[in-house]
Amino acid sequence: MSVLVYAEHDNAALNKVTLSVVAAAKAIGGDITVLVAGKGCGAVAEEAAKIDGVSKVLCADNDAYEHQLAENVGDLVAEVAADYTHVLAAATTTGKNFAPRTAALLDVAQVSEISEVIDADTFKRPIYAGNAIATVKSSDAKKVITVRGTSFDGVAAEGGSAAVEALDVAKNAGTSSFVGEELAKSDRPELTSAEIVISGGRGMGNGENFEILYKLADKLGAGVGASRAAVDAGFVPNDMQVGQTGKIVAPNLYVAVGISGAIQHLAGMKDSKVIVAINKDEEAPIFQVADYGLVADLFDAVPELDGKL
Amino acid sequence: MKVLVPIKRVVDYNVKVRVKADNTGVDLANVKMAMNPFCEIAVEEAVRLKEKGVVTEIVAVSIGPKTAQEQLRTAMALGADRSILVETDEDVQPLGIAKALKAIVDEEKPELVILGKQAIDGDNNQTGQMLAALTGMPQGTFASEVNVADGKVKVTREIDGGLQTVELTLPAVVTTDLRLNEPRYASLPNIMKAKKKPLDTKTAADLGVDLTPRVTTVSVEAPAERQAGIIVGSVDELVEKLKNEAKVI
Repeated sequence: MSVLVYAEHDNAALNKVTLSVVAAAKAIGGDITVLVAGKGCGAVAEEAAKIDGVSKVLCADNDAYEHQLAENVGDLVAEVAADYTHVLAAATTTGKNFAPRTAALLDVAQVSEISEVIDADTFKRPIYAGNAIATVKSSDAKKVITVRGTSFDGVAAEGGSAAVEALDVAKNAGTSSFVGEELAKSDRPELTSAEIVISGGRGMGNGENFEILYKLADKLGAGVGASRAAVDAGFVPNDMQVGQTGKIVAPNLYVAVGISGAIQHLAGMKDSKVIVAINKDEEAPIFQVADYGLVADLFDAVPELDGKL
Repeated sequence: MKVLVPIKRVVDYNVKVRVKADNTGVDLANVKMAMNPFCEIAVEEAVRLKEKGVVTEIVAVSIGPKTAQEQLRTAMALGADRSILVETDEDVQPLGIAKALKAIVDEEKPELVILGKQAIDGDNNQTGQMLAALTGMPQGTFASEVNVADGKVKVTREIDGGLQTVELTLPAVVTTDLRLNEPRYASLPNIMKAKKKPLDTKTAADLGVDLTPRVTTVSVEAPAERQAGIIVGSVDELVEKLKNEAKVI
């Protein structure tokens, strides 16, 4: 067996989720090669070479891959996949975008967002917004898989010493081009990798009121998220959404503030180690999954909590 | 310009599904079925493009059981002009669906295909991307804004870090995210009119497509239940528990 792991990065640094994908690759077994595709991404390749358990790094440095356009990356990975039994990518918006293209080009099914590896052909994955967990077996000779990062503890970022090989393959379909992006600028930790996440819901009332969460988050070194209700109401941008249709998080501590606990939201955070809920409605479903519930007005409780930490 | 809108019949999103006692799947007997919510957004976007004069014809298509006619009628009540059902009782999977859709694309030659980013049953998030790869079309996935002009489509995509905008040559595939639009409800007169709109039925054999699943479901379990914890009486008690019992701060 031989596994190709597609590295997630921003051309400057490796995204930690890649360490979780390598962990899934280890569970499958065999040699692990990491493919870094981007522009000016040499430093990322060097970083990938140090990942524990990686035997080789392929670096495809080309203009066509700068913005991870699915048309170009999907083609590249389909070609590189010839030498591997498994192709793994993170179930991020990058992985979800290109991996099905790769699978279709290889005429194989994709197994999406696996949460556990049973053996080289068999995997567990959530379906119906996490209300059921399916064990599925792929009959294809080659497997294209996306991995739910929070379900696998990442391998060590250091300890490996793989060789980096330049890959001179330029795939440019010429049908798509990058126009621009608006990335949320934040000094707080990224939601999917933060140790502590504090999320606000409809109960926050408006976007300005999120300030009390930001203040508390900065004290704890936490990331800040939101429920779909808070995003749909326009309080905060969509990239803060935690839930089945947003980000899936599993921090050590998750603090849900003014969140009722819709199934949609629970699907995105119920694997957190410790859950705290602060809500003035004692009937809110969030209390059914919380380890510690506090029935209180959040506008009193959050500043008080902030003051006592 | 013609737009193709593939849709899927799924469990209504308000239904809390239960895993069958024999762990072979989820219980769908006597459960309310509906159009997948992301597909409703796709239909709505196509209708809005038609209202703007960008699109001239909307063709809805579904690959599924005979009962999926209901969802195609709904799509036509919302504004699709006609529809095609590729009837199958197979447990259809994204690759098979994408192949059937490619065959329909080859026949219909739409300039735009708009579909949901994922169905809320399998949560696969694959079909649009696979169709794009099989037809050689570019793709704008997880769209929150779509603008068609000068033979191109500009798509703003919801990505993990924020928003990204890409420009695609036509024909292209667009998959919808939740915030693209708010779908309308079908009016009674439009529901009546939809009954008279054309609905063609085909089979996978007609299209020369093999829908045999490549992935088999070994078992389906309910997720591990999380036990409710305790209600603390004060912020002080909460801080004490987090520090000394949970040891997370």
